[in-house]
Amino acid sequence: MRTSPRRWWVGAIAVCAALWGGIETAGVFGEEAPPEDEVAAAPETPASELDTGANAWMLTSSALVLFMTAPGLAMFYGGLVRRKNVLSVMMQCLFLMAIMSLVWGLWGYSLAFGDGGRWIGNADYLGMRGVQMEAGQAPMVPGLGIPRLTHMVFQGMFFIITPALICGAFAERMKFSAMVALMVLWGTIVYTPLCHWVWAEGVLAFGADGAFAGGALDFAGGTVVHISSGFSALVCALVLGPRLGYGHDDMRPHNLAFTSLGAAMLWVGWFGFNAGSALAADGLAASAFVVTHFSAAAGAVAWSVVEWVYRGKPSVLGAASGAVAGLVCITPASGFVQPLPAMIMGAAAGVVCFIACAAVKTRFGYDDSLDAFGVHGIGGTLGAILTGIFATRAVAPDYADGLLYSVSEGGPLLVGQIVAVVVTAVFSIVVTLVLLKVIDATIGLRVSQEDEMRGLDLSEHGEEGYIFTG
Amino acid sequence: MKKIEAIIRHFKLEDVKNALNEHGIHGMTVQEVRGYGRQKGHTEMYRGAEYTVDFVPKVKIEVVCSDDNLDRVVDTILKHGQTGEIGDGKIFISDLQDAIRIRTGERGEAAL
Repeated sequence: MRTSPRRWWVGAIAVCAALWGGIETAGVFGEEAPPEDEVAAAPETPASELDTGANAWMLTSSALVLFMTAPGLAMFYGGLVRRKNVLSVMMQCLFLMAIMSLVWGLWGYSLAFGDGGRWIGNADYLGMRGVQMEAGQAPMVPGLGIPRLTHMVFQGMFFIITPALICGAFAERMKFSAMVALMVLWGTIVYTPLCHWVWAEGVLAFGADGAFAGGALDFAGGTVVHISSGFSALVCALVLGPRLGYGHDDMRPHNLAFTSLGAAMLWVGWFGFNAGSALAADGLAASAFVVTHFSAAAGAVAWSVVEWVYRGKPSVLGAASGAVAGLVCITPASGFVQPLPAMIMGAAAGVVCFIACAAVKTRFGYDDSLDAFGVHGIGGTLGAILTGIFATRAVAPDYADGLLYSVSEGGPLLVGQIVAVVVTAVFSIVVTLVLLKVIDATIGLRVSQEDEMRGLDLSEHGEEGYIFTG
Repeated sequence: MKKIEAIIRHFKLEDVKNALNEHGIHGMTVQEVRGYGRQKGHTEMYRGAEYTVDFVPKVKIEVVCSDDNLDRVVDTILKHGQTGEIGDGKIFISDLQDAIRIRTGERGEAAL
Protein backbone atom coordinates (compact mmCIF):
# COMPACT_ATOMS: atom_id res chain seq x y z
CA MET A 1 0.00 0.00 0.00
CA ARG A 2 2.49 2.53 1.17
CA THR A 3 5.23 3.77 -1.05
CA SER A 4 8.63 3.46 0.49
CA PRO A 5 10.68 6.58 1.15
CA ARG A 6 13.12 5.80 -1.66
CA ARG A 7 10.31 5.39 -4.15
CA TRP A 8 9.01 8.77 -3.19
CA TRP A 9 12.35 10.36 -3.91
CA VAL A 10 12.59 8.52 -7.18
CA GLY A 11 9.20 9.93 -8.09
CA ALA A 12 10.21 13.44 -7.09
CA ILE A 13 13.45 13.23 -9.05
CA ALA A 14 11.53 11.84 -11.99
CA VAL A 15 9.21 14.80 -12.00
CA CYS A 16 12.08 17.27 -11.72
CA ALA A 17 14.02 15.46 -14.39
CA ALA A 18 11.02 15.38 -16.66
CA LEU A 19 10.49 19.10 -16.32
CA TRP A 20 14.17 19.82 -16.69
CA GLY A 21 15.34 17.31 -19.22
CA GLY A 22 12.55 17.27 -21.77
CA ILE A 23 10.42 14.68 -23.45
CA GLU A 24 12.95 11.85 -23.70
CA THR A 25 13.62 11.66 -20.00
CA ALA A 26 9.97 12.04 -19.20
CA GLY A 27 9.20 9.13 -21.44
CA VAL A 28 11.65 6.87 -19.68
CA PHE A 29 10.51 7.61 -16.19
CA GLY A 30 6.89 7.77 -17.22
CA GLU A 31 6.97 4.15 -18.35
CA GLU A 32 8.89 2.96 -15.40
CA ALA A 33 8.56 4.08 -11.85
CA PRO A 34 5.22 4.98 -10.24
CA PRO A 35 2.65 2.76 -12.01
CA GLU A 36 4.56 -0.44 -11.22
CA ASP A 37 4.73 0.67 -7.66
CA GLU A 38 0.97 1.03 -7.52
CA VAL A 39 0.42 -2.34 -9.14
CA ALA A 40 2.81 -3.98 -6.72
CA ALA A 41 1.07 -2.32 -3.83
CA ALA A 42 -2.42 -3.30 -4.85
CA PRO A 43 -2.54 -6.90 -3.55
CA GLU A 44 -1.78 -5.72 0.01
CA THR A 45 -5.11 -3.97 0.11
CA PRO A 46 -7.90 -6.15 -1.15
CA ALA A 47 -10.52 -3.49 -0.48
CA SER A 48 -8.67 -0.67 -2.15
CA GLU A 49 -11.52 -0.14 -4.57
CA LEU A 50 -12.70 3.46 -4.34
CA ASP A 51 -16.13 3.81 -2.74
CA THR A 52 -17.31 7.02 -4.38
CA GLY A 53 -20.24 7.43 -1.98
CA ALA A 54 -18.01 7.14 1.04
CA ASN A 55 -15.46 9.47 -0.47
CA ALA A 56 -18.10 12.07 -1.30
CA TRP A 57 -19.48 11.96 2.24
CA MET A 58 -16.05 12.09 3.84
CA LEU A 59 -14.97 15.11 1.80
CA THR A 60 -18.25 16.80 2.71
CA SER A 61 -17.70 15.90 6.35
CA SER A 62 -14.21 17.34 6.22
CA ALA A 63 -15.61 20.66 5.04
CA LEU A 64 -18.28 20.51 7.76
CA VAL A 65 -15.68 19.99 10.48
CA LEU A 66 -13.60 22.89 9.17
CA PHE A 67 -16.78 24.97 9.22
CA MET A 68 -17.00 24.24 12.97
CA THR A 69 -13.78 26.13 13.73
CA ALA A 70 -14.62 29.14 11.62
CA PRO A 71 -17.18 30.50 11.31
CA GLY A 72 -18.70 28.24 14.01
CA LEU A 73 -16.35 28.45 16.96
CA ALA A 74 -15.00 31.86 15.89
CA MET A 75 -18.49 33.33 16.18
CA PHE A 76 -19.47 31.30 19.24
CA TYR A 77 -16.38 32.45 21.14
CA GLY A 78 -16.17 35.84 19.44
CA GLY A 79 -19.58 36.86 20.74
CA LEU A 80 -18.73 35.83 24.28
CA VAL A 81 -15.79 38.17 24.78
CA ARG A 82 -15.85 41.92 25.26
CA ARG A 83 -15.99 44.16 22.23
CA LYS A 84 -12.31 45.06 22.46
CA ASN A 85 -11.23 41.42 22.08
CA VAL A 86 -13.55 40.12 19.39
CA LEU A 87 -10.91 40.11 16.67
CA SER A 88 -8.31 38.41 18.84
CA VAL A 89 -10.60 35.42 19.31
CA MET A 90 -11.54 35.28 15.64
CA MET A 91 -7.86 35.51 14.71
CA GLN A 92 -7.01 32.63 17.04
CA CYS A 93 -9.56 30.42 15.27
CA LEU A 94 -8.64 31.60 11.80
CA PHE A 95 -4.90 31.39 12.34
CA LEU A 96 -5.14 27.95 13.91
CA MET A 97 -7.02 26.79 10.81
CA ALA A 98 -3.95 27.78 8.86
CA ILE A 99 -1.01 26.88 11.07
CA MET A 100 -2.39 23.57 12.33
CA SER A 101 -3.11 22.52 8.75
CA LEU A 102 0.54 23.06 7.87
CA VAL A 103 1.72 21.14 10.94
CA TRP A 104 -0.69 18.32 10.11
CA GLY A 105 0.53 18.08 6.53
CA LEU A 106 4.21 18.25 7.42
CA TRP A 107 4.40 15.87 10.40
CA GLY A 108 1.15 15.71 12.39
CA TYR A 109 -0.67 13.12 10.30
CA SER A 110 2.36 10.90 10.18
CA LEU A 111 2.85 10.99 13.95
CA ALA A 112 -0.84 10.35 14.55
CA PHE A 113 -1.61 7.73 11.92
CA GLY A 114 1.71 6.23 10.87
CA ASP A 115 1.81 2.56 11.71
CA GLY A 116 4.42 2.95 14.42
CA GLY A 117 3.14 0.77 17.24
CA ARG A 118 1.21 1.43 20.38
CA TRP A 119 2.50 4.84 21.41
CA ILE A 120 3.11 7.05 18.41
CA GLY A 121 3.03 6.93 14.65
CA ASN A 122 6.11 6.98 12.45
CA ALA A 123 7.68 8.87 9.59
CA ASP A 124 5.80 7.08 6.81
CA TYR A 125 3.59 10.02 5.89
CA LEU A 126 5.98 12.89 6.61
CA GLY A 127 5.39 15.68 4.14
CA MET A 128 2.44 13.80 2.63
CA ARG A 129 4.48 11.03 1.01
CA GLY A 130 2.40 7.90 0.77
CA VAL A 131 -0.64 10.14 1.05
CA GLN A 132 -0.40 12.28 -2.06
CA MET A 133 -1.23 10.97 -5.52
CA GLU A 134 1.27 8.87 -7.40
CA ALA A 135 1.02 8.40 -11.16
CA GLY A 136 -2.58 9.54 -11.17
CA GLN A 137 -3.58 7.18 -8.39
CA ALA A 138 -4.49 8.19 -4.85
CA PRO A 139 -3.20 5.68 -2.28
CA MET A 140 -6.19 4.12 -0.51
CA VAL A 141 -6.80 3.47 3.17
CA PRO A 142 -6.93 -0.32 3.55
CA GLY A 143 -10.47 -1.59 3.96
CA LEU A 144 -12.20 1.78 3.81
CA GLY A 145 -12.70 2.63 0.15
CA ILE A 146 -11.49 6.18 0.64
CA PRO A 147 -8.19 7.70 -0.45
CA ARG A 148 -5.64 8.36 2.27
CA LEU A 149 -5.84 12.00 1.20
CA THR A 150 -9.46 12.06 2.32
CA HIS A 151 -8.66 10.38 5.62
CA MET A 152 -5.79 12.79 6.17
CA VAL A 153 -7.78 15.93 5.46
CA PHE A 154 -10.76 14.76 7.55
CA GLN A 155 -8.57 14.00 10.55
CA GLY A 156 -6.70 17.25 9.96
CA MET A 157 -9.87 19.21 10.66
CA PHE A 158 -9.98 17.66 14.14
CA PHE A 159 -6.38 18.71 14.61
CA ILE A 160 -7.52 22.29 13.96
CA ILE A 161 -10.57 22.51 16.14
CA THR A 162 -9.10 20.80 19.21
CA PRO A 163 -6.54 23.51 20.02
CA ALA A 164 -9.07 26.15 18.96
CA LEU A 165 -11.37 24.91 21.73
CA ILE A 166 -8.66 25.60 24.31
CA CYS A 167 -8.59 29.26 23.26
CA GLY A 168 -11.79 29.74 25.26
CA ALA A 169 -9.88 29.33 28.51
CA PHE A 170 -7.27 32.04 28.01
CA ALA A 171 -9.30 34.44 25.91
CA GLU A 172 -8.79 38.17 26.44
CA ARG A 173 -5.32 37.95 27.98
CA MET A 174 -2.87 35.63 26.19
CA LYS A 175 -0.16 36.84 23.84
CA PHE A 176 -0.81 35.82 20.27
CA SER A 177 2.78 34.65 19.79
CA ALA A 178 2.57 32.49 22.92
CA MET A 179 -0.71 31.04 21.71
CA VAL A 180 0.83 30.05 18.37
CA ALA A 181 3.86 28.45 20.04
CA LEU A 182 1.68 26.62 22.54
CA MET A 183 -0.65 25.19 19.91
CA VAL A 184 2.05 23.99 17.53
CA LEU A 185 3.76 22.20 20.43
CA TRP A 186 0.51 21.01 21.97
CA GLY A 187 -0.72 19.63 18.68
CA THR A 188 2.54 17.77 18.18
CA ILE A 189 3.16 16.51 21.70
CA VAL A 190 -0.36 16.05 23.10
CA TYR A 191 -2.74 15.61 20.21
CA THR A 192 -0.84 13.32 17.86
CA PRO A 193 0.03 10.67 20.50
CA LEU A 194 -3.50 10.75 21.94
CA CYS A 195 -4.96 10.43 18.48
CA HIS A 196 -2.66 7.46 17.86
CA TRP A 197 -3.55 5.82 21.19
CA VAL A 198 -7.27 6.00 20.49
CA TRP A 199 -7.66 5.70 16.73
CA ALA A 200 -4.56 3.90 15.50
CA GLU A 201 -4.63 0.75 17.60
CA GLY A 202 -2.72 2.42 20.40
CA VAL A 203 -2.88 2.03 24.17
CA LEU A 204 -6.40 3.45 24.53
CA ALA A 205 -8.01 1.74 21.54
CA PHE A 206 -10.78 -0.70 22.40
CA GLY A 207 -9.59 -4.28 22.12
CA ALA A 208 -6.10 -3.36 20.95
CA ASP A 209 -3.20 -5.50 22.13
CA GLY A 210 -1.84 -4.19 25.39
CA ALA A 211 -4.47 -1.45 25.72
CA PHE A 212 -5.01 -0.02 29.20
CA ALA A 213 -7.93 -1.82 30.89
CA GLY A 214 -8.98 -3.21 27.52
CA GLY A 215 -9.16 0.22 25.93
CA ALA A 216 -12.08 2.56 25.50
CA LEU A 217 -14.78 3.32 22.98
CA ASP A 218 -14.35 6.76 21.50
CA PHE A 219 -16.17 7.17 18.23
CA ALA A 220 -15.46 10.78 17.32
CA GLY A 221 -13.15 12.27 19.92
CA GLY A 222 -14.50 12.38 23.48
CA THR A 223 -11.00 11.74 24.78
CA VAL A 224 -8.87 12.91 21.87
CA VAL A 225 -10.70 16.16 21.29
CA HIS A 226 -12.84 17.18 24.24
CA ILE A 227 -11.17 15.77 27.34
CA SER A 228 -7.71 16.67 26.07
CA SER A 229 -8.71 20.23 25.16
CA GLY A 230 -10.94 20.66 28.20
CA PHE A 231 -8.36 19.69 30.79
CA SER A 232 -5.59 21.54 28.98
CA ALA A 233 -7.91 24.55 29.00
CA LEU A 234 -8.29 24.30 32.76
CA VAL A 235 -4.52 24.27 33.16
CA CYS A 236 -4.25 27.34 30.91
CA ALA A 237 -6.88 29.18 32.96
CA LEU A 238 -5.06 28.34 36.19
CA VAL A 239 -1.54 29.12 34.96
CA LEU A 240 -2.43 32.39 33.23
CA GLY A 241 -4.60 33.53 36.09
CA PRO A 242 -7.82 35.51 35.87
CA ARG A 243 -8.40 38.47 33.61
CA LEU A 244 -7.84 41.92 35.09
CA GLY A 245 -10.97 42.88 36.95
CA TYR A 246 -12.43 39.39 36.94
CA GLY A 247 -15.31 39.20 39.37
CA HIS A 248 -16.09 42.90 39.51
CA ASP A 249 -15.68 44.45 36.05
CA ASP A 250 -18.38 44.22 33.45
CA MET A 251 -17.41 41.15 31.41
CA ARG A 252 -20.71 40.46 29.76
CA PRO A 253 -20.60 38.84 26.32
CA HIS A 254 -20.59 41.65 23.79
CA ASN A 255 -22.66 39.97 21.11
CA LEU A 256 -24.85 36.99 21.90
CA ALA A 257 -26.30 37.13 18.41
CA PHE A 258 -22.86 36.01 17.15
CA THR A 259 -22.77 33.36 19.83
CA SER A 260 -26.20 31.96 18.94
CA LEU A 261 -25.35 31.76 15.27
CA GLY A 262 -21.97 30.24 16.09
CA ALA A 263 -23.63 27.56 18.20
CA ALA A 264 -26.03 26.77 15.36
CA MET A 265 -23.08 26.45 12.98
CA LEU A 266 -21.31 24.15 15.42
CA TRP A 267 -24.45 22.02 15.56
CA VAL A 268 -24.47 21.69 11.76
CA GLY A 269 -20.73 21.10 11.52
CA TRP A 270 -20.92 18.40 14.17
CA PHE A 271 -22.77 16.14 11.74
CA GLY A 272 -19.52 15.95 9.81
CA PHE A 273 -17.56 15.47 13.01
CA ASN A 274 -19.60 12.56 14.34
CA ALA A 275 -21.32 11.00 11.35
CA GLY A 276 -18.14 11.49 9.33
CA SER A 277 -16.28 9.48 11.96
CA ALA A 278 -17.99 6.39 10.58
CA LEU A 279 -15.43 6.89 7.77
CA ALA A 280 -18.12 5.62 5.42
CA ALA A 281 -21.53 6.62 4.10
CA ASP A 282 -23.33 3.70 5.70
CA GLY A 283 -26.01 2.93 8.28
CA LEU A 284 -23.65 3.65 11.11
CA ALA A 285 -23.06 7.14 9.73
CA ALA A 286 -26.82 7.68 9.64
CA SER A 287 -27.13 6.45 13.21
CA ALA A 288 -24.33 8.74 14.38
CA PHE A 289 -25.97 11.64 12.56
CA VAL A 290 -29.30 11.03 14.28
CA VAL A 291 -27.96 10.51 17.82
CA THR A 292 -25.81 13.63 17.44
CA HIS A 293 -28.87 15.64 16.53
CA PHE A 294 -31.00 14.31 19.37
CA SER A 295 -28.30 14.84 21.95
CA ALA A 296 -27.82 18.47 20.89
CA ALA A 297 -31.56 19.02 21.04
CA ALA A 298 -31.88 17.47 24.49
CA GLY A 299 -28.89 19.48 25.75
CA ALA A 300 -30.39 22.78 24.59
CA VAL A 301 -33.75 21.98 26.17
CA ALA A 302 -32.24 20.69 29.43
CA TRP A 303 -29.97 23.69 30.06
CA SER A 304 -32.80 26.08 29.22
CA VAL A 305 -35.24 24.31 31.53
CA VAL A 306 -32.79 24.30 34.43
CA GLU A 307 -32.36 28.05 34.04
CA TRP A 308 -36.07 28.56 33.61
CA VAL A 309 -36.77 26.76 36.87
CA TYR A 310 -33.94 28.21 38.95
CA ARG A 311 -33.53 31.67 37.46
CA GLY A 312 -36.99 32.34 36.12
CA LYS A 313 -35.92 32.80 32.50
CA PRO A 314 -34.47 30.53 29.83
CA SER A 315 -31.46 32.36 28.36
CA VAL A 316 -30.27 32.37 24.78
CA LEU A 317 -26.74 31.71 25.95
CA GLY A 318 -28.08 28.79 28.00
CA ALA A 319 -29.82 27.21 25.01
CA ALA A 320 -26.72 27.68 22.86
CA SER A 321 -24.39 26.30 25.54
CA GLY A 322 -26.72 23.38 26.20
CA ALA A 323 -26.71 22.40 22.54
CA VAL A 324 -22.91 22.43 22.50
CA ALA A 325 -22.77 20.46 25.75
CA GLY A 326 -25.07 17.86 24.25
CA LEU A 327 -22.89 17.65 21.15
CA VAL A 328 -19.73 17.24 23.20
CA CYS A 329 -21.28 14.51 25.33
CA ILE A 330 -22.51 12.41 22.42
CA THR A 331 -19.22 12.64 20.54
CA PRO A 332 -17.52 9.51 21.99
CA ALA A 333 -20.81 7.61 21.96
CA SER A 334 -22.13 8.60 18.56
CA GLY A 335 -21.23 5.32 16.87
CA PHE A 336 -22.33 3.10 19.75
CA VAL A 337 -25.67 4.29 21.16
CA GLN A 338 -29.31 4.36 20.14
CA PRO A 339 -31.39 7.54 19.71
CA LEU A 340 -33.24 7.48 23.04
CA PRO A 341 -30.13 7.03 25.18
CA ALA A 342 -28.66 9.89 23.12
CA MET A 343 -31.48 12.12 24.35
CA ILE A 344 -30.67 11.10 27.93
CA MET A 345 -27.00 11.81 27.36
CA GLY A 346 -27.72 15.24 25.89
CA ALA A 347 -30.04 16.15 28.74
CA ALA A 348 -27.51 14.96 31.32
CA ALA A 349 -24.83 17.08 29.63
CA GLY A 350 -27.08 20.13 29.66
CA VAL A 351 -27.63 19.84 33.40
CA VAL A 352 -24.11 18.79 34.42
CA CYS A 353 -22.33 21.38 32.26
CA PHE A 354 -24.66 24.09 33.55
CA ILE A 355 -23.62 23.20 37.09
CA ALA A 356 -19.95 23.11 36.06
CA CYS A 357 -20.12 26.57 34.49
CA ALA A 358 -22.48 28.27 36.91
CA ALA A 359 -21.60 26.73 40.27
CA VAL A 360 -18.24 24.95 40.18
CA LYS A 361 -16.34 27.73 38.40
CA THR A 362 -17.69 30.37 40.77
CA ARG A 363 -16.89 28.20 43.75
CA PHE A 364 -13.25 27.63 42.81
CA GLY A 365 -12.74 31.04 41.29
CA TYR A 366 -10.67 30.10 38.22
CA ASP A 367 -11.28 32.24 35.18
CA ASP A 368 -12.07 29.85 32.35
CA SER A 369 -13.25 32.82 30.29
CA LEU A 370 -15.51 31.04 27.85
CA ASP A 371 -16.00 27.76 29.74
CA ALA A 372 -13.80 25.53 27.61
CA PHE A 373 -13.33 23.25 30.62
CA GLY A 374 -16.90 23.48 31.87
CA VAL A 375 -18.34 22.43 28.52
CA HIS A 376 -15.62 20.34 26.85
CA GLY A 377 -13.73 18.89 29.81
CA ILE A 378 -16.80 18.07 31.86
CA GLY A 379 -19.06 17.28 28.90
CA GLY A 380 -16.39 15.07 27.33
CA THR A 381 -15.80 13.18 30.57
CA LEU A 382 -19.52 12.66 31.07
CA GLY A 383 -19.84 11.43 27.49
CA ALA A 384 -16.94 8.98 27.83
CA ILE A 385 -18.44 7.50 31.01
CA LEU A 386 -21.99 7.35 29.67
CA THR A 387 -20.66 5.57 26.58
CA GLY A 388 -19.71 2.75 28.92
CA ILE A 389 -23.31 2.59 30.05
CA PHE A 390 -25.33 3.14 26.88
CA ALA A 391 -23.15 1.49 24.21
CA THR A 392 -24.91 -1.39 22.50
CA ARG A 393 -23.99 -4.15 20.10
CA ALA A 394 -27.23 -3.39 18.28
CA VAL A 395 -25.39 -0.40 16.83
CA ALA A 396 -21.82 -1.68 16.81
CA PRO A 397 -21.84 -5.50 16.90
CA ASP A 398 -18.05 -5.78 16.92
CA TYR A 399 -17.57 -3.85 20.13
CA ALA A 400 -19.27 -4.25 23.50
CA ASP A 401 -22.55 -3.75 25.31
CA GLY A 402 -22.59 -1.07 27.97
CA LEU A 403 -23.61 -1.56 31.58
CA LEU A 404 -27.27 -0.95 30.76
CA TYR A 405 -27.37 -3.97 28.45
CA SER A 406 -24.85 -6.38 29.95
CA VAL A 407 -23.16 -6.33 33.33
CA SER A 408 -20.45 -8.77 32.33
CA GLU A 409 -19.42 -6.76 29.26
CA GLY A 410 -20.45 -3.35 30.47
CA GLY A 411 -18.53 -3.52 33.73
CA PRO A 412 -15.09 -3.92 32.16
CA LEU A 413 -16.06 -1.48 29.39
CA LEU A 414 -16.96 1.17 31.94
CA VAL A 415 -13.64 0.62 33.71
CA GLY A 416 -11.84 1.00 30.38
CA GLN A 417 -13.74 4.22 29.69
CA ILE A 418 -12.82 5.67 33.08
CA VAL A 419 -9.18 4.64 32.69
CA ALA A 420 -9.08 6.35 29.28
CA VAL A 421 -10.54 9.52 30.79
CA VAL A 422 -7.94 9.54 33.55
CA VAL A 423 -5.02 8.76 31.24
CA THR A 424 -6.09 11.43 28.77
CA ALA A 425 -6.70 14.02 31.46
CA VAL A 426 -3.45 13.39 33.31
CA PHE A 427 -1.38 13.30 30.12
CA SER A 428 -2.98 16.54 28.85
CA ILE A 429 -2.59 18.31 32.19
CA VAL A 430 1.05 17.36 32.66
CA VAL A 431 2.27 18.18 29.16
CA THR A 432 0.25 21.39 28.93
CA LEU A 433 1.66 22.52 32.26
CA VAL A 434 5.22 21.90 31.10
CA LEU A 435 4.61 23.66 27.78
CA LEU A 436 3.09 26.67 29.50
CA LYS A 437 6.02 26.95 31.90
CA VAL A 438 8.51 26.75 29.04
CA ILE A 439 6.67 29.37 27.00
CA ASP A 440 6.22 31.60 30.05
CA ALA A 441 9.98 31.51 30.62
CA THR A 442 10.82 32.27 26.99
CA ILE A 443 8.12 34.24 25.17
CA GLY A 444 5.89 35.10 28.13
CA LEU A 445 2.25 34.06 28.28
CA ARG A 446 0.32 37.19 29.08
CA VAL A 447 0.09 40.58 27.48
CA SER A 448 0.98 43.57 29.66
CA GLN A 449 -1.68 45.07 31.94
CA GLU A 450 -1.81 48.12 29.72
CA ASP A 451 -2.40 45.97 26.63
CA GLU A 452 -5.02 43.90 28.38
CA MET A 453 -6.93 47.03 29.30
CA ARG A 454 -6.74 48.39 25.74
CA GLY A 455 -7.89 45.04 24.43
CA LEU A 456 -6.05 42.47 22.37
CA ASP A 457 -7.55 43.64 19.08
CA LEU A 458 -5.50 46.82 19.28
CA SER A 459 -2.49 45.57 21.21
CA GLU A 460 -1.91 42.28 19.38
CA HIS A 461 -3.32 42.99 15.95
CA GLY A 462 -3.51 46.78 15.55
CA GLU A 463 -7.14 46.72 14.50
CA GLU A 464 -10.60 47.27 15.90
CA GLY A 465 -13.61 45.01 15.41
CA TYR A 466 -16.22 47.71 15.16
CA ILE A 467 -15.76 51.11 13.61
CA PHE A 468 -19.02 52.99 13.38
CA THR A 469 -17.71 56.45 12.64
CA GLY A 470 -17.54 58.01 9.19
CA MET B 1 -32.64 81.92 24.39
CA LYS B 2 -33.07 78.70 26.27
CA LYS B 3 -31.44 75.35 25.95
CA ILE B 4 -33.70 72.42 26.67
CA GLU B 5 -32.18 69.06 27.41
CA ALA B 6 -34.73 66.29 27.67
CA ILE B 7 -33.96 62.71 28.58
CA ILE B 8 -36.70 60.54 27.19
CA ARG B 9 -37.53 56.97 26.25
CA HIS B 10 -36.18 55.67 22.96
CA PHE B 11 -39.54 54.81 21.52
CA LYS B 12 -40.85 58.31 22.21
CA LEU B 13 -38.17 60.00 20.14
CA GLU B 14 -40.06 59.96 16.84
CA ASP B 15 -43.25 61.32 18.43
CA VAL B 16 -41.44 64.11 20.22
CA LYS B 17 -39.41 65.04 17.17
CA ASN B 18 -42.44 65.20 14.88
CA ALA B 19 -44.45 67.22 17.39
CA LEU B 20 -41.62 69.71 17.91
CA ASN B 21 -41.29 70.05 14.18
CA GLU B 22 -44.94 71.06 13.95
CA HIS B 23 -44.28 73.71 16.56
CA GLY B 24 -41.52 75.36 14.63
CA ILE B 25 -38.50 73.60 16.07
CA HIS B 26 -36.58 72.57 13.00
CA GLY B 27 -33.40 71.17 14.48
CA MET B 28 -32.21 69.11 17.39
CA THR B 29 -29.26 67.08 18.61
CA VAL B 30 -29.82 63.54 19.83
CA GLN B 31 -27.52 61.32 21.91
CA GLU B 32 -27.70 57.80 23.22
CA VAL B 33 -27.11 58.09 26.95
CA ARG B 34 -27.11 55.84 29.99
CA GLY B 35 -28.02 56.86 33.50
CA TYR B 36 -30.23 56.24 36.46
CA GLY B 37 -32.90 57.98 38.42
CA ARG B 38 -35.91 56.45 40.07
CA GLN B 39 -36.21 53.71 37.51
CA LYS B 40 -34.17 50.84 38.86
CA GLY B 41 -31.71 48.89 36.70
CA HIS B 42 -31.94 45.15 36.22
CA THR B 43 -29.84 42.04 36.62
CA GLU B 44 -28.54 39.92 33.79
CA MET B 45 -27.33 36.34 33.99
CA TYR B 46 -24.70 34.72 31.79
CA ARG B 47 -24.01 31.05 32.52
CA GLY B 48 -24.63 31.72 36.17
CA ALA B 49 -22.57 34.90 36.37
CA GLU B 50 -24.83 37.71 37.55
CA TYR B 51 -24.40 41.31 36.47
CA THR B 52 -26.35 44.23 37.87
CA VAL B 53 -26.98 46.84 35.25
CA ASP B 54 -27.64 50.15 37.04
CA PHE B 55 -27.43 52.45 34.07
CA VAL B 56 -30.53 52.38 31.93
CA PRO B 57 -30.23 53.41 28.29
CA LYS B 58 -32.16 56.54 27.34
CA VAL B 59 -32.03 59.09 24.59
CA LYS B 60 -31.21 62.73 25.23
CA ILE B 61 -32.44 65.48 22.93
CA GLU B 62 -31.08 68.98 22.93
CA VAL B 63 -33.18 71.79 21.58
CA VAL B 64 -32.56 75.52 21.61
CA CYS B 65 -35.47 77.97 21.33
CA SER B 66 -36.39 81.59 21.93
CA ASP B 67 -37.63 82.58 25.37
CA ASP B 68 -41.17 83.06 24.02
CA ASN B 69 -41.22 79.61 22.58
CA LEU B 70 -40.10 77.82 25.75
CA ASP B 71 -43.48 76.90 27.19
CA ARG B 72 -44.69 75.48 23.94
CA VAL B 73 -41.63 73.36 23.53
CA VAL B 74 -41.78 72.06 27.09
CA ASP B 75 -45.50 71.27 26.80
CA THR B 76 -44.89 69.44 23.56
CA ILE B 77 -42.15 67.29 25.07
CA LEU B 78 -44.29 66.59 28.14
CA LYS B 79 -47.30 65.66 26.06
CA HIS B 80 -45.49 63.43 23.60
CA GLY B 81 -42.81 61.98 25.87
CA GLN B 82 -45.08 60.82 28.63
CA THR B 83 -46.28 57.31 29.40
CA GLY B 84 -47.05 57.89 33.09
CA GLU B 85 -44.71 55.11 34.23
CA ILE B 86 -41.50 55.54 36.17
CA GLY B 87 -38.66 56.04 33.69
CA ASP B 88 -40.20 58.67 31.42
CA GLY B 89 -37.17 60.89 31.98
CA LYS B 90 -36.54 64.55 32.79
CA ILE B 91 -36.34 67.96 31.18
CA PHE B 92 -33.59 70.42 32.07
CA ILE B 93 -33.79 74.06 31.03
CA SER B 94 -30.95 76.56 31.05
CA ASP B 95 -30.22 80.05 29.77
CA LEU B 96 -28.14 80.17 26.66
CA GLN B 97 -25.65 82.93 26.03
CA ASP B 98 -25.45 82.79 22.27
CA ALA B 99 -25.84 80.66 19.17
CA ILE B 100 -23.89 80.99 15.92
CA ARG B 101 -24.56 79.50 12.53
CA ILE B 102 -21.18 78.45 11.23
CA ARG B 103 -22.01 78.79 7.54
CA THR B 104 -23.06 82.46 7.67
CA GLY B 105 -21.80 83.71 10.99
CA GLU B 106 -25.35 84.76 12.03
CA ARG B 107 -25.83 85.11 15.76
CA GLY B 108 -28.59 84.81 18.33
CA GLU B 109 -32.12 83.75 17.37
CA ALA B 110 -31.34 84.26 13.71
CA ALA B 111 -28.97 81.34 13.96
CA LEU B 112 -31.64 78.90 15.23
